Amino acid sequence: MVISAAQLGFRELNEKIKSTSEDACINDCYGQRFIACGASDKTITINGTPGNALGAYLDGALVQVNGNAQDAVGDTMNGGKIVIHGNVGDALGYSMRGGEIYVKGDAGYRTGIHMKQYKEIKPVIVIGGSVGSFLGEYLAGGIIIVLGLGAEDIPMGHFTGTGMHGGRIYIRTNAEVDSLLAENLLVTQVIAEEATPEELTEIESYISEFAALFGMGEAKLANDRFLLLRPNTNNPYKQLYTKI
Amino acid sequence: MNFIYPEYEIVRNHEKCTNCGICKKECANEAHGFMESASKMTCDDAKCVNCHRCSVLCPTKAIKIIKSGNTYKENTNWSNKTINEIQRQAESGGVLLSGMGNPENYPVYFDKILLNASQVTNPSIDPLREPMESKVHLGARPKKIERDTDGKIKSNLKPQMFLSMPVMFSAMSYGSISYNAHESLARAATELGVMYNTGEGGLHENFYKYGKNTIVQVASGRFGVHPTYLNSGSAIEIKMGQGGKPGIGGHLPGTKIVGDISATRMIPEGTDAISPAPHHDIYSIEDLCQLIYSLKEVTNYTKPVIVKIAAVHNVAAIASGIARSGADIIALDGFRGGTGAAPTRIRDNVGLPIELALACVDDRLRDEGIRNNVSIIAGGSIRSSADVVKAIALGADCVYIGSAALIALGCHLCRTCHAGNCNWGIATQIPELTKRLNPEVGYKRLVNLMTAWRNEIKEMMGGMGINAIESLKGNRLMLRGVGMNEKELEILGIKHAGE
Repeated sequence: MVISAAQLGFRELNEKIKSTSEDACINDCYGQRFIACGASDKTITINGTPGNALGAYLDGALVQVNGNAQDAVGDTMNGGKIVIHGNVGDALGYSMRGGEIYVKGDAGYRTGIHMKQYKEIKPVIVIGGSVGSFLGEYLAGGIIIVLGLGAEDIPMGHFTGTGMHGGRIYIRTNAEVDSLLAENLLVTQVIAEEATPEELTEIESYISEFAALFGMGEAKLANDRFLLLRPNTNNPYKQLYTKI
Repeated sequence: MNFIYPEYEIVRNHEKCTNCGICKKECANEAHGFMESASKMTCDDAKCVNCHRCSVLCPTKAIKIIKSGNTYKENTNWSNKTINEIQRQAESGGVLLSGMGNPENYPVYFDKILLNASQVTNPSIDPLREPMESKVHLGARPKKIERDTDGKIKSNLKPQMFLSMPVMFSAMSYGSISYNAHESLARAATELGVMYNTGEGGLHENFYKYGKNTIVQVASGRFGVHPTYLNSGSAIEIKMGQGGKPGIGGHLPGTKIVGDISATRMIPEGTDAISPAPHHDIYSIEDLCQLIYSLKEVTNYTKPVIVKIAAVHNVAAIASGIARSGADIIALDGFRGGTGAAPTRIRDNVGLPIELALACVDDRLRDEGIRNNVSIIAGGSIRSSADVVKAIALGADCVYIGSAALIALGCHLCRTCHAGNCNWGIATQIPELTKRLNPEVGYKRLVNLMTAWRNEIKEMMGGMGINAIESLKGNRLMLRGVGMNEKELEILGIKHAGE
């Protein structure tokens, strides 16, 4: 089903998408919010720029955007896949619990905050370019991969991983941990070390998928240097309180 | 070395004591023991939290817990409590934690408000022989009546919650309270035709069948939130704040993330469940609007969305923003509201009394002509049916009770929920303790309490010559203040007794 979103408000557009079990291709998209909210079992292709909260609570659908996306993409996403052939705004994948998000370009502030995982359900975010500050704050599970492709500088902002108590963040960079700490790009409650080849096997399939999605040919990125960020405890507040 | 002398003493009458050992078995804090050599029961006062489990269950009533007479030298400035808190912090370097609501000596305005009754004119109504409407419905009211071309009224009612009485059970997560406590609340809400609230811990798979009487909560940690969960209840509550700990988030320690709680929250066992202080995707009313509409989209506009906030200094302006954000209902939580665990200083020093918050929010929304955009739920220490009636007359559509419901289930307000050793089987996940709360008994006690309150509410309304909750709503002429200053009366919008 092909839908022209021109002149449609978000409710009308979303009703059209929900009214069919067919795949949907949305043309002329100009900032309509909540597209693919809670969607399952279909492919939604968007030509243009979807508005905030694209794929919130996504529950199994595949969402592809041929363009940039805005804030709160994949908020509280439960499953499925979101592919952005461009950049995304802030708060990408907030509290995401399952599924995968691939962004060809950059992501804004507060990416992957409070992602979590449970048993085999593990969310993954792959950012091709750079991310803004507060990446992976309160991270409770899942994997975030920042490839830094085309980045002139260190592909991360300030206070990465603050409050992290689960999950892993991989950042492709040659920067030294000490200098990242000195510049407040990293915080002390996160253990940051160069990822070993064994550890990198965990992300190989996601990098191959990224390369396939965005036509990068055979990716050899996994041989590059990645920093692996892990929490130093899964009980960060335990020491904060008095005994009963 | 511990510098603190125990606050409570366990006094055992050895003439009555039969050494049956029930007290020892019942106390998860291990305050009771048995001395083989002397063949008598012993106790350790330092471990007692004064929860009354032993004294209530002692078959010969041989035990009583009394406040220790051994106090520091009298000092109106430095209370025992203050000195002990300093000792504890000096020893541990830790933030003080507390459970349940603010116990400090602030004014309780409900206790300074008196209700009216009819005499001679506008005769009172006897609820035993005349119909009395206790039903309420919560949600946005239509702005105008719309008619179709045949002149028939078009239904433009936004989604509503229908309740048999204006009292609901407030949010308490599975994790902070036990499975049996949740089951008691769910079954009672179903039997009563009201709602209980999941709190931020997701919904146990066994409780989806109570969905019609469930409010599902979405808070900053988004634990257990997915489309099936959101569509399972009758309403969705976005928790922005909580009266027991305004301005901070929640934290369920990893030690409580076990078994089903881990599965329901969908996080691994042993990992802390952290709900950040803010929602990191909400920095403005516009952002809140976005979350509200994303929830409406995922539930196809079939469920009212509640936004719950703690009563804080600018509550009226905040509520005004929320009433314009697309929310259907605002829940206001006063500073005496309970909590499973909060930093003591936050609990005891932050927020506003619900009576003042409720009155000023109702006024503000009326002044701005947007009161009908939303219903208002008031919580934060509603202790009796009289508080319910006063809250509704001040402007609430409905109230939330949490502490009162737990007391009905057996809570003795020992205020050590955060320890996780609740001897009454409520605020604990230890299987030997949780099984002490039988949901079969628990739900009946809740139904009893609510039935009694409903009758009392009807009696008080009847006395005032009012036969429906709708007519009581915001009816502040039915209220008079005693012992309040002019400013307090002005904010509450009521006259002094005698005026």
